[in-house]
Amino acid sequence: MDEAIIEVRGLSNRFGDNSVHEDLDLDLYRGEILGVVGGSGTGKSVLLRSIVGLNRPSGGEVRLFGQNLLALPVEERSRLEQRLGVLFQGGALFSSLTVRENVALPLIEHAGLSRDDAEELAEVKLALSGLAPHAGDLYPASLSGGMIKRASLARSLAMDPDVLFLDEPTAGLDPIGASDFDQLLLTLRNALGLTVFMVTHDLDSLWTVCDRIAVLSQKRVLVADAPERVAEYPDDWIQSYFKGPRGRAAHRAVKSGSVNNSAVQRS
Amino acid sequence: MDQAEPGIEQGATTRLLGEWTLSRHAQIKRLLAQSPAPEGDLCLKQISALDTAGATLLIRWLGVERLQQIISSDAELQPERKALLETLTRAMGREPAARQKSPNALIQALELLGQQTETLARHFWQLSGFVGYVLQTLATVLPRPSRWRMTALVNQIHQTGLNAVPIVALLTFLVGAVVAFLGATVLGEFGAEIYTVNLVAYSFLREFGVILASILLAGRTASAFTAQIGSMNANEELDALRTLGLSPIELLVVPRVLALLITLPLLTFVAVVSGLVGGALVSVVSLDIALSQYLSILADVPLKHYLVGMVKAPVFAFVIAVIGCMEGFRVSGSAESVGQHTTSSVVQSIFMVILLDAVAALFFMEMGW
Ligand SMILES: Nc1ncnc2c1ncn2[C@@H]1O[C@H](COP(=O)(O)OP(=O)(O)OP(=O)(O)O)[C@@H](O)[C@H]1O
Ligand SMILES: [Mg+2]
Repeated sequence: MDEAIIEVRGLSNRFGDNSVHEDLDLDLYRGEILGVVGGSGTGKSVLLRSIVGLNRPSGGEVRLFGQNLLALPVEERSRLEQRLGVLFQGGALFSSLTVRENVALPLIEHAGLSRDDAEELAEVKLALSGLAPHAGDLYPASLSGGMIKRASLARSLAMDPDVLFLDEPTAGLDPIGASDFDQLLLTLRNALGLTVFMVTHDLDSLWTVCDRIAVLSQKRVLVADAPERVAEYPDDWIQSYFKGPRGRAAHRAVKSGSVNNSAVQRS
Repeated sequence: MDQAEPGIEQGATTRLLGEWTLSRHAQIKRLLAQSPAPEGDLCLKQISALDTAGATLLIRWLGVERLQQIISSDAELQPERKALLETLTRAMGREPAARQKSPNALIQALELLGQQTETLARHFWQLSGFVGYVLQTLATVLPRPSRWRMTALVNQIHQTGLNAVPIVALLTFLVGAVVAFLGATVLGEFGAEIYTVNLVAYSFLREFGVILASILLAGRTASAFTAQIGSMNANEELDALRTLGLSPIELLVVPRVLALLITLPLLTFVAVVSGLVGGALVSVVSLDIALSQYLSILADVPLKHYLVGMVKAPVFAFVIAVIGCMEGFRVSGSAESVGQHTTSSVVQSIFMVILLDAVAALFFMEMGW
């Protein structure tokens, strides 16, 4: 579990005068679920975009499986990108395809499945993500906010990726859906050896599924460690985050064992 | 045999081997099509890699119930695989949605015809409703200067008017030159080259100035209006305006309509002038008509021809702006829809401009103007 498959070194990002990251370091290890937290606008989404190669950093380097995505030739880059699954904060579903076609698209294009096979498999992924059976025929414009999250989760899982990037996957889900999501994530991680980079504000998710939590603050990663240790870290923002009323309630719920934490069982 | 290749080893207990993953989807499918689902015990332990795609095929092959039995009876199966298979069987155990079958071609064609007729009818209904709505809002806003949105108006005039001047001037200049050449060719045969000047003057004053400016504006501005308002619509921004108690018509449509009402007459003037300049250039350079002669012939053209052309400009401006905006309001959600309605707004506004111009030409001819 000590092999870093993503290494971020000395990353800096600025937009005009607004500097978002300065000299940021972060590692993501094989098979772990890393939770990324930070206040609004601290650059979590920008960090995610930099890692998956959508944002050319102003300085520093990101290595994915030991390679710098931005320096690779197109073919190799595409092959690497197929090993990534990304759920965008706003869903980013293709608005002119139905939900089922959205999920089937990478299966047809990359895995070379026939349309029928791809749509059948897409149907299974949609069911896994908790969408009702009729939702596959709908267009994204006619989905609810929670359904959009689920559909884009299904799309990010379509290719059975090695690394999954999730930007606030449980925001907008009902609490039952959110805890189903946590369980699904654990099941997939355990069975497929998935590595997960998850931006989230959901304290229950953080305590239930994350092996490590990285806190983004003051333009860098303040601390990245096991949840228990992060919660003890002497920093005002972290203390009010984890020891505030919501943070305490979520922690109590996990401690009292209402949700089984297989991340703890594993290690 | 390749170690990783998926396989089925028949025996007292059937064993599944190899990688059951997405990259081997076609192979697995072929394999499963050849082998009937086994009756006896089944061992899944020796599968070297299993992902959701492989597991899905496996479940389809065995059936949900049979697999659930196997999972619960097989004590040796790795727990994480068990969890994966259980999660998948739960997801797949639900009744799949019935796919709609498409009816035969004739019925489909009839259905399409009906739909399109209905859409067209509804479209004209909506267009007149929208025009009424815009006129009503104009009538309430115009008498109250405090509700004029000067910033938006000036911005729109800048974008739709000032920025369009170079292209309008260049294009009409070229058309003016072409008309002059045409005149020279045809009229030269009768020794009436001098009338080339009248041809250019009459055609630009009455028709070409306003028509060319309108068509350019329809292509340039109606499409921009539709795309701007359409993507706001797709993004629920119009709904947000409404819930804030603001009228999208007043905020978005009125400034655009007013801007075009101001800019199209000005652009028409630019078009007329540069068309005449184009004609003048050709006349002077290749027809040996002196510039002073050209100007004196122009000065003799009655003013009414200029007015006949100009009076159409505000009407066309209103039509172009209203169609562009209304198509934006009709956008529904998807990026594709923004594209469709943008195309439709350009086609419609050019069509309407030419149609109205033809009607106007008939009218003016009958009136002897
Ligand atoms: N394309 C861009 N151009 C300019 N500034 C940007 C751009 N993208 C992000 N930013 C800025 O970078 C900062 C970080 O944005 P980011 O979207 O990463 O925040 P976040 O941590 O994901 O916040 P949230 O929790 O609200 O999603 C913000 O101040 C934002 O204004
Ligand atoms: Mg974000």
